[in-house]
Amino acid sequence: MYTFSNKLKTFAFVLMALGLLGIAYGFLTAPKTTQDVEKILAESHHEGGHHAAAATHEAAAGSEAHHEAAADSVKQETPAAEHHVVATDSVKTEEADSTKAVVAPVVEEDHHDAHAAHAESHDADAHKEHEKHLEHVLHQLQNKPWAALYVACIFFMLISVGVLAFYAIQWVAQAGWSPVLFRVMEGITSYLLPGSIIFLLLLILSGMHMNHLFAWMVEGVTDPKSEHYDAIIAGKSGFLNVPFFLIRAIVFLAGWNLYRYFSRKNSLAQDEASDDSFYKKNFKMAAGFLAFFIVTESIASWDWVMSVDPHWYSTLFGWYVFASFFVSGITTIAFVTLYLKSKGYLEYVNTSHIHDLAKFMFGISVFWTYLWFSQFMLMWYSNIPEEVTYFVTRIEHFKLPFFGMVVLNFVLPILILINTDFKRLSWVVVMAGIIILTGHYIDFFNMIMPATVGDQWFIGVSEISSLLFFFGLFIFVVFTALTKAPLLAKRNPLIEESKHFHY
Amino acid sequence: MSTNKVIHAIYNDDDILMDAVKASRAAHHHIEEIYTPFPVHGLDKAMGLAPTRIAIASFLYGVVGLTVAANLLNYMMIVDWPQDIGGKPSFAFYQNMPAFVPILFELTVFFAAHLMVITFYLRSRLWPFKEAENPDVRTTDDHFLMEVAVNGNEEDMISFFKNTGAVEVKVIDKH
Repeated sequence: MYTFSNKLKTFAFVLMALGLLGIAYGFLTAPKTTQDVEKILAESHHEGGHHAAAATHEAAAGSEAHHEAAADSVKQETPAAEHHVVATDSVKTEEADSTKAVVAPVVEEDHHDAHAAHAESHDADAHKEHEKHLEHVLHQLQNKPWAALYVACIFFMLISVGVLAFYAIQWVAQAGWSPVLFRVMEGITSYLLPGSIIFLLLLILSGMHMNHLFAWMVEGVTDPKSEHYDAIIAGKSGFLNVPFFLIRAIVFLAGWNLYRYFSRKNSLAQDEASDDSFYKKNFKMAAGFLAFFIVTESIASWDWVMSVDPHWYSTLFGWYVFASFFVSGITTIAFVTLYLKSKGYLEYVNTSHIHDLAKFMFGISVFWTYLWFSQFMLMWYSNIPEEVTYFVTRIEHFKLPFFGMVVLNFVLPILILINTDFKRLSWVVVMAGIIILTGHYIDFFNMIMPATVGDQWFIGVSEISSLLFFFGLFIFVVFTALTKAPLLAKRNPLIEESKHFHY
Repeated sequence: MSTNKVIHAIYNDDDILMDAVKASRAAHHHIEEIYTPFPVHGLDKAMGLAPTRIAIASFLYGVVGLTVAANLLNYMMIVDWPQDIGGKPSFAFYQNMPAFVPILFELTVFFAAHLMVITFYLRSRLWPFKEAENPDVRTTDDHFLMEVAVNGNEEDMISFFKNTGAVEVKVIDKH
């Protein structure tokens, strides 16, 4: 039996306490009025635009640099579209007018984007425009602590979901190599229950208009008489409405948690059983769960991730999100396994098991890249405004995280893990794993932030504290669950094969 | 004591063969070659063969393929005759790179796979119409043959291999 070391427990509590403090700080220091926003913007101006977001923001308020930059980036994207070329040329002569022509086609669909609103009436009532802009930035800054919390919460919850899917696949495939790792996987999936309760609370708070993470939840968005009316969202309101959204979330999370509860129960019962009946039950249940999961996971990813950009859609989004949290989950299994192994537990786990996990980390990283690139290239190539706006926003305002994550999630894992011998070395697997987890956190960051905080993004106190809090909670829950049962599923019919697994 | 005498020990089960290989190595008999109807998992390690270097060759071939593809695309699409497809600019490689990725990928895989197979054939001295080297046709069906150099007492060795579970042990004069 594993005992939760006091050192690790203290570490988890310190993380949670620091995280809570930081989260509270983030909420308390979020601007309350447009006057606060004006001050913040003025400060970031004097600092000379210390990061890209502030710089582009200032540019949007009237500087020529931005118009040039926007025009250039559009030129790279769409030189053949004639009006763009014309507009790009005219930038040099008619600054104000061309801005509308250049920026509007790309970003007009994205009502979160400040520049479109700006450009449309650049030479109209400047003061009114300024107020409107300040209010927009205010909403983005008020969203920031919420979005930070949301990204960290969904990331850690989905790690446990990814491990649960991996666990179910092992059962269905009757895999012979993995039963010695079953208790590790069951320990990690124990985070699913607390994680999904907190996540559901966040969704309910969004539904109660405590924040503006989901633009389609704004009141009046489906009412033609309202100033918030949005015809596209109104057309989707049969699916995207708060009650149905929450019902879906409850059904999905409940289904996943039920599978996790019963599979764990049967797995423990199998330890003491005299026949394989619990094993057979778990096999059938895992098959049923996977069928349920692949449908619900896809819908869940539209709901919880894609719907923050309610005008935009991608048909492979479910797979894309799945690949991201699946590889994160497998990496987490490797981490927990290596940690326990280093403490002298899991005597039957050998380097061949680690090698197999590392192969999955490598393979699913490549799979993620395949989906990321498929989504990106088709939209980049076709260059249809309502589609490509998703990537234009990211490349303009999130250049470093957007391309940086491709390096972290593809280039580095492929170079580090391609060598067979490296996949057996703990320190190499840990290094690659840290890179993969960082990369996929940034991946989720890139999915949520552009639509919720726009160019006001920054990885600051809120983001890091949210991450620390959920990390601490994750460690606490997972390692508490690991103490509850022996670390070897001793009566699993495949356990002997797993113990002697060698490659 | 003759250097060109070998023992052919024939087995009908891969697990028995694996145990026999381990026992032979422990008794310091020199295994020259093993003929099997299918690849036996872990046999190379049990025989103490040096790890394969084909993965390294494959990686290098992939790098060659990637380089060839990049130069090919650059010459065809950018240098020789810039083409405007789908409104994409065609004056710089990096601007068109996303459109080139599928071809970069395919040629990398193409080079790695084909050159790796050719390397494998050359290294194993295999070519079309080559006469089979396996000494017993049953090794293409359901038997496993271990060829061991005779060194020392022949009778002792025969009884040793009989004891490892061989269904048949023959002494052959090679050449």
